Amino acid sequence: MPYAIRAEGLEKRFGETLALDGVSLAAEPGTVLGVLGPNGAGKTTTTRILATLTAPTAGRAEVGGYDVVAEAHRVRRLVGLTGQYAGVDEMLTGFENLLLLGRLVGMPRRAARARAAELLDRFRLTEAGERAAKTYSGGMRRRLDLAASLVARPRVLFLDEPTTGLDPRSRGDLWDVVRELTGDGVTVLLTTQYLEEADQLADDLVVIDRGRVIADGPPEQLKAQVGGQVLEVAPVRAADREAVARIVGELAGAAPEVGEALVSAPVSDPAVLTAVVRRLDDAGITVGEMSLRKASLDEVFLALTGHRAEETAATDEQETEEVPA
Amino acid sequence: MTTATAPAPATAPNRVAPGEALRQTMTLTWRNLVQIKHNPMELVDLSIQPIMFVLLFAYVFGPAMAGSVTAYMPILIPGIIVQNALFASLSIGMGLNTDVGKGVFDRFRSLPIARSAPLAGRIIADTVKQAWSMAVLLAIGIALGFRVETSWLNLVPAFLMLLAFAVLFSWASVFIGLAVDSPEKVQIFGFTTIFPVTFLSNAFIPVSDRYPHWLRVVMDNNPVSKLVDALRGLLVGHPPGDPSGSLPVGGPALTALVWGLVIAAVFVPLSLRMFRRTA
Repeated sequence: MPYAIRAEGLEKRFGETLALDGVSLAAEPGTVLGVLGPNGAGKTTTTRILATLTAPTAGRAEVGGYDVVAEAHRVRRLVGLTGQYAGVDEMLTGFENLLLLGRLVGMPRRAARARAAELLDRFRLTEAGERAAKTYSGGMRRRLDLAASLVARPRVLFLDEPTTGLDPRSRGDLWDVVRELTGDGVTVLLTTQYLEEADQLADDLVVIDRGRVIADGPPEQLKAQVGGQVLEVAPVRAADREAVARIVGELAGAAPEVGEALVSAPVSDPAVLTAVVRRLDDAGITVGEMSLRKASLDEVFLALTGHRAEETAATDEQETEEVPA
Repeated sequence: MTTATAPAPATAPNRVAPGEALRQTMTLTWRNLVQIKHNPMELVDLSIQPIMFVLLFAYVFGPAMAGSVTAYMPILIPGIIVQNALFASLSIGMGLNTDVGKGVFDRFRSLPIARSAPLAGRIIADTVKQAWSMAVLLAIGIALGFRVETSWLNLVPAFLMLLAFAVLFSWASVFIGLAVDSPEKVQIFGFTTIFPVTFLSNAFIPVSDRYPHWLRVVMDNNPVSKLVDALRGLLVGHPPGDPSGSLPVGGPALTALVWGLVIAAVFVPLSLRMFRRTA
């Protein structure tokens, strides 16, 4: 089966900075590919290359079977893009924004108006449709931005951190839209910093760090690889931390991290919790707090790369400086 | 699932047809003009400000400079029309800067439209705004005693000349728009360059021996002076205060356009380089 999105060895250099260092990824038609990574990992640069906004320094990519550099115009007919920052004209109304895009992609006036009205309705913006977008709240702007990327009924949709800063309801709405679209056969590439979001939506995941793909596969596989959950134990007596760390490490099968008060370790089997309780009890250690929670992206990163996501923040600043998203 | 895999036929053109490009440009022109509806301040900018400048200059400087408001009109109106055209060209850079900052620029670039359409749409919208400002300035001038002493038909070449210069000059504003991080900075940069450049010319005063030699050299060779000379020649037909004298048009107009070409020759490559870095 041909891939809807395929990239091989993408490299992108901004002056001295190597933003992408050989990114390869692929998405089958009608699936969601989640691109996961901390700020500055290269998610935005990858998206921009695939959406024909910037050319790779090396490597190649195809969208819908077309080369993103040599056949950029053909690629543009297939794709929709929602950037990290809402790409809407704030001086125009919501309706005018959508009408503008419909007209630009060649819809007759009547069809463009109908499509604009339909999308406003779908994203709960009908009431605000006649107001200038500068009066919109952050969530409304995001919804309008997403609506804008759907005007031309794209076959491949790029969503670059579409839910960053969104309230839970809007986030849920967006997830529903993505599911609906893939149901219609649209391929979606979604970048996110949220493991949960990737888990909810993605059929496949690519984890990027410092411009390189450090892991890929279905979410279940990755979670199994890094431990989908995190066990945290806080002994009452600080002196017990070493003993707790030994027990947790032994049962979780991964080296625990010992903090000020907490001992934590990634676990893939929730049954570890009861086993740990039993062993701590046997050892006579009193526990003040104990919990099992979902692994954060930071912990996935720690498990995959051996360093925390924040450490890459410096590269991020450089990237955002030269790449207005 | 099935339709998703089917790419458009390989024969689908990889380019935009000229007719399509024109239609896209007009759509984007509409976009730039309909903005005025939601930002009435822009209309104020385009009308009230020129009127205010004309009134201030006419009543404060007119009597001292030419003896009366009416006598000052042949000096002031062509001068202020040129100054206004330069200021108006800033809006291209400011708009571009806003579009880049808000992601609108990326949105347009991700669409299957002609690469030139966003900029061309802006320039055409700007032309409409320029025409409006020029009409406002002429109207207020006529109310204060300005007369087109040649032929009203001369307004056409006058407008085309100003427009050609403004389009060339606006590449400086495009470059600044891409180089700085807020539209306000484009405006600040514009004001701090355009004010001195227009004042060191014959736009508001007759250049005379009273100025030191070096300043006269600057004033005489300023492209703004050339544009003002050509505009006065086209609309008034003779030097201020000398009804029998003649004012050539072709020479100054040509010099001004050469200046415009030089400015564009500097800023087009710089803008394209900046544009590639941004992309």
